[in-house]
Amino acid sequence: MAIAREAEPVSSLREIREAGLDREDLFGIYRSMLLTRGVEERGHILYRQGKIPGSFYTGRGNEAGSVGVATAMGPDDVGCPLHRDMGVHITRGVEPWRIFAQYMGREDGPTRGRDGNVHMADSQLGLLAMVSHLPAMLPVAVGCALAFRIREEKRVALGWFGEGASARGDTHEGMNFAGVRRLPVVFICDNNQWAYSTPTHLEYGCETLADRAQAYGFEGVVVDGTDVLAVYREARRAIEKAREGGGPTLIESMTLRMEGHAVHDDAFYVPKELFEEWAKRDPIERFRTWLRANAEMTDEEEDEIGAGVKRTLNQSMEKADASPLPDPSTVTERVYASVEDLDTPHHK
Amino acid sequence: MAELTYLQAISDGLRGEMRRDKRVFVIGEDVGVYGGAFKVTLGFQEEFGPWRVLDAPLAETAIVAGCTGAAIMGMRPVAEMQFADFISCGWDHLVTVAAKQFYRAGTPVPIVVRLPSGGGFSGGPFHSQNPESSFAHIPGIKIACPATPEDAKGLLISAIEDPNPVLYFEHKHLYRRIKAEVPEERYATPFGKARVHREGDDITLVTWGAMVYTSEEAAAQLDDDGVSVEILDLRTIVPWDREAVLESAKKTSKVMVLHEDTRTGGFGAEIAATIAEEAFEHLDAPVKRLAAPDTPVPFSPPLEKAFIPQVDDVVAGLRELAEY
Repeated sequence: MAIAREAEPVSSLREIREAGLDREDLFGIYRSMLLTRGVEERGHILYRQGKIPGSFYTGRGNEAGSVGVATAMGPDDVGCPLHRDMGVHITRGVEPWRIFAQYMGREDGPTRGRDGNVHMADSQLGLLAMVSHLPAMLPVAVGCALAFRIREEKRVALGWFGEGASARGDTHEGMNFAGVRRLPVVFICDNNQWAYSTPTHLEYGCETLADRAQAYGFEGVVVDGTDVLAVYREARRAIEKAREGGGPTLIESMTLRMEGHAVHDDAFYVPKELFEEWAKRDPIERFRTWLRANAEMTDEEEDEIGAGVKRTLNQSMEKADASPLPDPSTVTERVYASVEDLDTPHHK
Repeated sequence: MAELTYLQAISDGLRGEMRRDKRVFVIGEDVGVYGGAFKVTLGFQEEFGPWRVLDAPLAETAIVAGCTGAAIMGMRPVAEMQFADFISCGWDHLVTVAAKQFYRAGTPVPIVVRLPSGGGFSGGPFHSQNPESSFAHIPGIKIACPATPEDAKGLLISAIEDPNPVLYFEHKHLYRRIKAEVPEERYATPFGKARVHREGDDITLVTWGAMVYTSEEAAAQLDDDGVSVEILDLRTIVPWDREAVLESAKKTSKVMVLHEDTRTGGFGAEIAATIAEEAFEHLDAPVKRLAAPDTPVPFSPPLEKAFIPQVDDVVAGLRELAEY
């Protein structure tokens, strides 16, 4: 018997208006989801052209999860998104050309070529750059929330992790501390069913990961991660609850990783039927259908959004390609910060 | 000037920074109500309240990673590891996130982790270690190892001001044993500037932490032999004062490097290698390394005494160098 609550789908425009989104917001979400997938598809092309060194990761199938949660964040909230959460960067407003520059190891990527792929974040937009060791950023998000609590600011931190990383001690330590201090933090588990090649039954023994929340003294919710509006509504509830002093929430967003772990991996170990089943629940197609049925999205509106995204992608790739590679003579620079470097939006 | 113990100097420095800067807070196991295992933060919670003196769950990753998050959000956290040994539980966070976040993402991580370190009181393998060299190998982290009460205060203030992760090794054996005058006003002791603990002409002895006092006793014995030993207290090992070490090496032409940490890969190896590279022609003898043997820190007093470099060991080493 699962302990965590199961989130309801959003069935009408009236319902989502009550949750704080108008028709324009919905189109914005649709655009962000298209742009998220578009950036990753174009990235894939760049990779095949040999323009991206190292490896290449995508979050295909998680566009609803990442965009839905980020849409619910307030402007002063912060988060530590992971490699399946491109939609968070897009929704917070990272310019796509900088993402392409990051992929290609160029000077204008958020990490200026010091780190690769989705190991990036624009701190101006309230995001913290992830590391490969998952879920190392989860207790960091808890620390952000601790700062908000000490200063009594009404801000919320979001920490992402995958079902694979749920096995690690950082997850436990972060959640336990957040629960003990009732910190304003929301944990988002992108449960895409595969940790590289390892299925969920070899990662955890509970029925749902959201069930664990009760053991930490807060609420757990399972949401369909292909339903952007349901994700948004649950994330907003959790974020506003945290903001008002109600403590953490663990949201488990269920999806399927629709590609391999990284570009080299053909995911032969995932049953074909599973891919077929989840392909029918493609988050973008699902939301498009919803918008047509519930928000009267017209052909013109749909085409305009699609064309705008394509234009952005074309221009972004061109601009990124013009960005220089880093100067090798700078390799030993900026290992240590100086006092002037503390002049960031966060360190004020 | 007031005469303070090494422990009081740390406590005073920390309290002063917390009074001065609301961004500074302390977090650790038993640091609040109990005042810390060694009582460095005794009375802090009464003065600063429970949200600036936080008793943390027994979870070192949550503590140091929590500090990183809070630091990036503008706070100046000072974490206490109950014993330096327990930093192994927070190792991953420090080296993976805190040390690299500025280089790769441009986000400074101004945190201080206080590490009560060192042996000499039968603490055994898990309450006696000096793990500074493990971290000295990680670019992005700074490391302070004060030896005197004055430096304990001044280096702590520098550590809190520093925009990088700083590991502050405070030697437990010095806590109440070492007492000296400490300026009452606020001052920051710069990182990377060695201190001449004792001037001398014949042998340079490079060391830090509690070994400064072992060196001092040994050097006094060498005086009787007519050999004058210069003791350099590095104060910080990242960054470390290469210029001061090389200058002294060139002056005396004989160098001993001494540390309480184990020998292989200890920070003394880096110092010896640097001297060999940069001052080889000035040397009249090979650089001598004296350190603990490559074993865990043993518990039983005679074993521990055999492990930690003793005054007699240093005297013997210095005599060998003098006679070379």
